[in-house]
Amino acid sequence: MPDISPETYVKVAKKGIANPVLQKALAGLQDRFGRGTAEAYRRLPEGPELRFKAHDIREKAIAHLDALLEILAAKIRANGGVVYFAQTAKEAVNYCITVARQNNVHRVVKGKSMVTEEIGLNPALQAAGIEPVETDLGEYIIQLAGEKPSHIIAPAVHKNRHDIADLFVKKTGIRRTTDPSELTQAARKALREKFLSADMGTSGVNIACAETGHITTVSNEGNIRMATTLPRIHIAFMGMERIVARLDEYEILLRLLCRGAAAQTMATYVSYISGPRRPGESDGPDEFHLVILDNGRSRILADPQFKEILYCIRCAACLNVCPVYGKIGGHAYGFAYSGPVGAVVTPLLTGINRAKDLCLGETLCGACMDACPVAIDLPRLLLALREKLAYGDENWQVKPASRMEGLAYKAWSYLIGHRYIYERFLKMAGVGQKLFPRSGTMIRRLPPPLAGWTQSRNFQPLAKETFIEGWRNKKAISNTP
Amino acid sequence: MHRLPIMEFFPKAMDKKPKVTLFIQCLVDAVWPQVAEAMVRVLQKLGLSLECPTDQTCCGQPAYNSGYRREACIAAKRFIEIFEGSEIIVSPSGSCVHMVRHHYPELFCDNPAWRQRAQRIAARIYEFTEFLVDVLGVEDVGAHFNGRITYHDSCQLLRGIGVKDQPRRLLRHVAGAEFVEMKNSDYCCGFGGSFAVKYPDISAAMVNDKVDHIIHSGARAVIGCDTGCLLNIAGAVSRRSLSIQTLHIAQLLAKDYL
Ligand code: SF4
Repeated sequence: MPDISPETYVKVAKKGIANPVLQKALAGLQDRFGRGTAEAYRRLPEGPELRFKAHDIREKAIAHLDALLEILAAKIRANGGVVYFAQTAKEAVNYCITVARQNNVHRVVKGKSMVTEEIGLNPALQAAGIEPVETDLGEYIIQLAGEKPSHIIAPAVHKNRHDIADLFVKKTGIRRTTDPSELTQAARKALREKFLSADMGTSGVNIACAETGHITTVSNEGNIRMATTLPRIHIAFMGMERIVARLDEYEILLRLLCRGAAAQTMATYVSYISGPRRPGESDGPDEFHLVILDNGRSRILADPQFKEILYCIRCAACLNVCPVYGKIGGHAYGFAYSGPVGAVVTPLLTGINRAKDLCLGETLCGACMDACPVAIDLPRLLLALREKLAYGDENWQVKPASRMEGLAYKAWSYLIGHRYIYERFLKMAGVGQKLFPRSGTMIRRLPPPLAGWTQSRNFQPLAKETFIEGWRNKKAISNTP
Repeated sequence: MHRLPIMEFFPKAMDKKPKVTLFIQCLVDAVWPQVAEAMVRVLQKLGLSLECPTDQTCCGQPAYNSGYRREACIAAKRFIEIFEGSEIIVSPSGSCVHMVRHHYPELFCDNPAWRQRAQRIAARIYEFTEFLVDVLGVEDVGAHFNGRITYHDSCQLLRGIGVKDQPRRLLRHVAGAEFVEMKNSDYCCGFGGSFAVKYPDISAAMVNDKVDHIIHSGARAVIGCDTGCLLNIAGAVSRRSLSIQTLHIAQLLAKDYL
């Protein structure tokens, strides 16, 4: 089973903040991709407005998801492919293992895919005695290190070349070098051998198109193309939402995906796959399987408040601009998906209460929404999750996160409804604040629940007189004859 | 930039100046009243007549952002009742304007009568710099400041209501001031309302980055348009014993920061 640990958000976040290598890497990543993507949208012939069109395309696709998936499945089957609809992570994983066993597969080369991370494919294959080999350079590094990806597109962003050099010496026995191209060569050499000796390749699906009946994989290293064409069997794993109706729509999404993911006009390798190798063709696998995964997505689809998150194409643009992700890194989110998209998707897939810190631990700054190639309103989705936590929700089996807080907001709503009492309350607080230690005019330390503020900042005390009081008084004076 | 409906009624060269109703963000009201006083001085200097409903409190944003929609609704209804009769509402806070302009109509999506009332208010509320530049067409209010200044883009102001240029125009017209951009001026400062209290480590890391960028800009003063962010930045500046001033733009424009 996949490792799921959104409960440790705060703890792991703190570790990330204290890690200077990670801090430098994240700042570099956001400088490069965050800004680059915004520029790439501006340079679109249609302008950044194209994102809203893409939003509509995705909305429409999700509204007709069942029909589109059926069309896709029929076309792939007609081309000799096998389509399997998996309800759960377990079903998807078991399917893969069954196919592997039937074909006597001992080694699987994997193209980078977050869905296989979501379903925990690697540990399951290992447990079944099958060797999974990640072939994306970043994923390969992570696999050698026995870690988890910390970014959707740049999984090893938290490691610098010195870490990688040490890792390669230890795990592959090469001579130590910190030269990135030598390190890449070493990985390439090791991976080539794996590619040639693997019996099965797996990949994710970036986007599928119903009209043409093809799936697309996108990469910059060419590894996915090798993983999907060299071995005898190719299994592609696809989140059931990852489809559009028509080729022209698909083309818009592909262009936006490359811009969102890596500020590129087009990725280096884009493959269109619609089935196994046909008679007379020289490349391609003997068998092609497409696993279409639900794993909780139907439930999201059924909720009008949340179905917008299914428009996501997992490009990671939102991670590259998120100021919270930029400080804490991806591991804090405790699941395959990190950053703003993780903060929405993980609670919905794994449980809102257990992932409550993911729902609450952002500032709603909105940078993600502007960066998203399909203009998903991520702040709205976070707010909707917070509402579930505030009041509880039967459909999603959510319990109110804090009765105390609920009561506090009730009291607050009464206070702000009565200016006179509100002012008296402020006056009392004004007296109370005299008890706290100061530096100069600022308060240095506050008690809980406000202690968090003064942990690393001073607090501006309440003014002696509110502005409104002052206004009233002045008016009273000017009104006296 | 999209034109706001009110501008049809009040084109840039206005013959008749509207009566302005002040909506004072609760943080400004209780913690930093100088900001509102400064705004009042600037608006009065421009010859506007002002009124200020004295029973106003809070727009409901804290509850809304924490997921307490019902409580936010209570605040919203009250706000609408108080401000409904106003010709034009001006507030020294981008996030409150975003709340009223965009979240109020959404809060009442199931309630057509209230939704309509919310929409009417939404069309009449302005953030302070937006009002000066877009509605009044004023960019130079005759302010002066000695030294280098930089500007922090507050999230809801920038991305919520799209105010980016207006404060910069006003700042560029401050005599004696050298305006410079800091790195990542559009990055969140880590305030986020209760976020700053609930997630102090993350919030601190964010605000300390912000302060580092301010230091690197070489500015003597950092200017913003939203008091939440400014209290956060000022708190970190003070904790780090730096001599940088943290000012609301109204204070700079009214020169009320000494
Ligand atoms: S939410 Fe938007 S920006 Fe984030 S990964 Fe999904 S598509 Fe990309």
